[in-house]
This record gives sequence, C-alpha cells and structure tokens, in this order.
Amino acid sequence: MNGEPGDAVPERCGASAAPDAADGRSALLVVRPGYGATVQDLGRPGLAALGVGRSGAADRGALRLANRLVGNPEDAAGLEMPLGGVELEFRRAATCALAGADCPAWVNGRPVGTRTPLAVPAGARLRLGTPVRGLRVYLAVRGGLDVPAVLGSRATDTLAGLGPERLTAGLLLPVGTAATGWPAAEHAPRRDRTGPVVLRVVPGPRDDWFTAAALRALCGEPYTVTADSDRIGMRLDGPALERARGGELPSEGMVAGALQVPPSGRPILFLADHPVTGGYPVIAVVRRADLDAAAQARPGDPLRFRLEDAGR
Amino acid sequence: MRVLRCGSDAVLIEAEDAEQAQRLHTALRDAPPVGTGELVPAARTVLVRYDPSATDWQRLRAAVTALPLHEVPPAEAAETVRIPVRYDGPDLAEVARLAGLTPRQVVERHTAARYRVAFCGFAPGFAYLTGLDPRLRVPRRAEPRTRVPAGAVAVADEYTGVYPRTSPGGWQLLGTTDLPLWDQTADPPTRLRPGTAVRFVAIGEPGRPAESGGTGEDGEAVRP
Repeated sequence: MNGEPGDAVPERCGASAAPDAADGRSALLVVRPGYGATVQDLGRPGLAALGVGRSGAADRGALRLANRLVGNPEDAAGLEMPLGGVELEFRRAATCALAGADCPAWVNGRPVGTRTPLAVPAGARLRLGTPVRGLRVYLAVRGGLDVPAVLGSRATDTLAGLGPERLTAGLLLPVGTAATGWPAAEHAPRRDRTGPVVLRVVPGPRDDWFTAAALRALCGEPYTVTADSDRIGMRLDGPALERARGGELPSEGMVAGALQVPPSGRPILFLADHPVTGGYPVIAVVRRADLDAAAQARPGDPLRFRLEDAGR
Repeated sequence: MRVLRCGSDAVLIEAEDAEQAQRLHTALRDAPPVGTGELVPAARTVLVRYDPSATDWQRLRAAVTALPLHEVPPAEAAETVRIPVRYDGPDLAEVARLAGLTPRQVVERHTAARYRVAFCGFAPGFAYLTGLDPRLRVPRRAEPRTRVPAGAVAVADEYTGVYPRTSPGGWQLLGTTDLPLWDQTADPPTRLRPGTAVRFVAIGEPGRPAESGGTGEDGEAVRP
C-alpha cells in the first residue's frame, strides 16, 4: 500500500482541463484517498427534469461552514471524507478548515483543531484520523478546489457518474481563486448532540400505501444504520413497515430525505445522490433541516423518527 | 388529481393518468405558482419543489387545483427531434415474436408513431417517450443487461427510449442511433426534454429490414 508518510507519491492530475495545475498553481496532492472521499460543492439544482439529481455535499451545512471559515463562497468545492482517513500534501501554503464529523487531524504530525482556519505551510501534510463521532468530514481550502465543473457543479454524483472522479492516491487537486474575504469569526462552536439522532418526518407522499401501524412503527423503536449505506442512501434496520396494498407504483419524483420502502419493509433513507425517480412507495420524508444530521449517522448508529403533522 | 405532501419543501401531484400529468407539467411550467421551484414530471405525477419561506403546501394545493389544464399541442405541431436508427438490435426478433409481428412490421410501427418525452429519469438524459404503438408494448427483459451501449433504442411497457450513455438496462433493444443525445458540456445537455416531440427514422444497409423487402415471418435476415 502506498501512501505511508514520506513515500513519494506518483502524481496524476485529476483535472484534465487543468494540465497546468502542477506548475504554478496551488494544488493538493492526495497521499491517502481515505474511504470513498469525493469532491463536493452544493450540487446541480434544477436539472432533475433531465434526469440529473442535485448531488453535492451530504451534510451541506458542514461544507458551508468550512467554506465560510476560509473566506470562500459557501458553494465552493471542497472535500467530503467519510470516516476521515485522508492524507493530503499541500504544494503551496494554504488556508484550510475542517468541519462536519469530529475528527482528529494533524499537520506535519501536530494536532490541529476543527471548525477553525488552519494555516498550512508549503509542502506540509494534513492527515485525518477516524472521527470520534459523526461520519463525514469536510475540508475547505481558501480559493476552493478548481477541478472542472460538469453541468455547473464540481460535485461527484456517485449514482449518475457525473463530476470529478473519487479521490485516489496521486491525484492532484488544483486550488482556485474563489475566496472573497475573511469571515468575522475565527472559530465556529460545535452544537453538542447527545443521545440518538432524532429526525423529524412529514408523512407521505405514499403513507396511504401502508398500514396505520407502519407509521407508528417507523416512529416507535429506533432504527439502526446498516453498513449498506452510502451517498445514495442509508439502508436501515428495524421494524418492517407493512404495506396496506400491493401492486406497483409508476416511477415518481424522489427527494433527499425520502424514506423509500422496498418489498423487504426496511426503509432506505435517500441522501444527496438519490435517484431522481423511483418506484417504491415513500412512507415519509425527513424534514430538510434534519438532513445534515442524517448524513452524519454512521453504520451502527441508532436513528429515531418523529412525526410532524402540522404546519408547513 | 391529488396533492400529496413530500417533506418540508415539496409536494407530489398525482394526476388521473399520463395525459393529465403531461398537461399539469406544461401548465406548471408555463404559469408557476408563487414560491415554486423545480418541477420533476414522471409517469403519473409531477413533483413540485417550493420555497417554504414563500409558500406552503396548502396554498400550493389551492393554486394547483385551480390551474387550467390545456390540451398539450399534438406532437406534430412542435419542433420534432428526428432520430435515425439502424434497426439491428439484439431483441428485435424477440419483440416481434412477443408482438406477433414480423421484425419488419415492428420497425414500421416503431417509425410510424409520433412520440413525446413524458419525463426523464433512471440516468442523466434518459427520456421516457410516450406514443408507442400498443402492439409494441412488451415487458422488460427477464434478465437486465449489465451493459447497454450508448445510442441503443429500446422499448419496454408503454415506453420507448434511447440509452444516452452506456449503462445497465433491462429494456428490449430494437436498434442503434449515432445521433448524440447527451452532451454534458452543452446547455441543456440533452435535446430530449420533457414535452419534446420525437420521431424515429429507419436507416440501414440493403438487406436490413428498413430498406429490404419482406424478410419472411421468421425474420432471419434481421439479425446482423
């Protein structure tokens, strides 16, 4: 396995449209690619009618925060790193920030904090450990990652196969000039979460395809996030949700947060790279405001759903 | 028509049938209610995203129910994308068998019909075309292919379509087009947007069913 500290990592420019990235421009060299790390921004809204999903950071708030901490526009491209494990070499001095899952990190072996801007000298290596809680760690670099945009976004859509390739050792990620200023704050406090994550859900659109007991079961005992989880969705283990009617549903539009129920009765919670349309009934949808927390649940974590009937 | 909640910032509108779903999509696109954003048309539904700070689902329900639904102009009236097809697909003979037709008759019926993009889904730029001759309604393959090449022209159930990029797929393959339909550097990246009128035009070498005489009931001359 390459990527031991001190190893010479062969370079490959990840951006075919930016062959000059290695000369002159600032760039990050991927020494260790982690476990499915991708480049993400806030995605490709508005193209679902053409079969293109939004994609973008699974925990959008975390990417936004990381960008704000380094003076980037909130939609600048950064890295999404599930379970950390990434090591990067900075070709030039840069300012970066980590947000999302709480993850130990080191620059040239010295521990550094998260949710605060980090000055990284030229040639230094940033290494991530394994998050102590949460799943996805985000890195923003002042200037933003300048890989080529596809359909207006630098997000990797893992389902549709759009956007930059996943991180691999030796990949060179050019840094752009997207920074606009400096934030007022130099450190963002963490909101402490204790106990199981509670996600508020709105029933429907297909709750009438299930028994009344199914909706109660969904919001009763907690579900467990299984290992069969990725940016497309999280397969959950827990009480099976019983259908009140058989038959098939013609494909219909899907949203992030949808709890789609396949014949097994175990729901799948759709995340950023969910399919644009789907044919299994959706019993309930997690509120938009709770999706970032859902994206930080990791395999083995309990999830509780709480019904929200009223209001908008 | 039913307006169903779909989370905190979308509603799913369920139409009576495919035709009403297309009318609804056209009406919403031409006169979007206040606060609405992206529309995702599908087989019988239109998903409408909205800005919860500008509207709510009850107001949307009222606005949608009050929308006048006009007849969608016939496919011939709109600009038509013509897709040249070599009818050399590996499932042509099987579709003919299932339909009780000769391969040549399958091609004739597939090229005679006027299609419209009802919606896109499954993969970027994959357009579900309605208007298929009812005789050509065949089930999906029992075993989906792991790799269907870009440009494959296929049918399944009430739809026909073209695989815009190489992908897995379970539809029955009638032929191939060289017309590039998906270009992610273009804006928009596909010519087949919901509402677009489409026709298929047979091209082929002599001996292929599109231009040859009858090939007989068994269609032996069809397979390359």
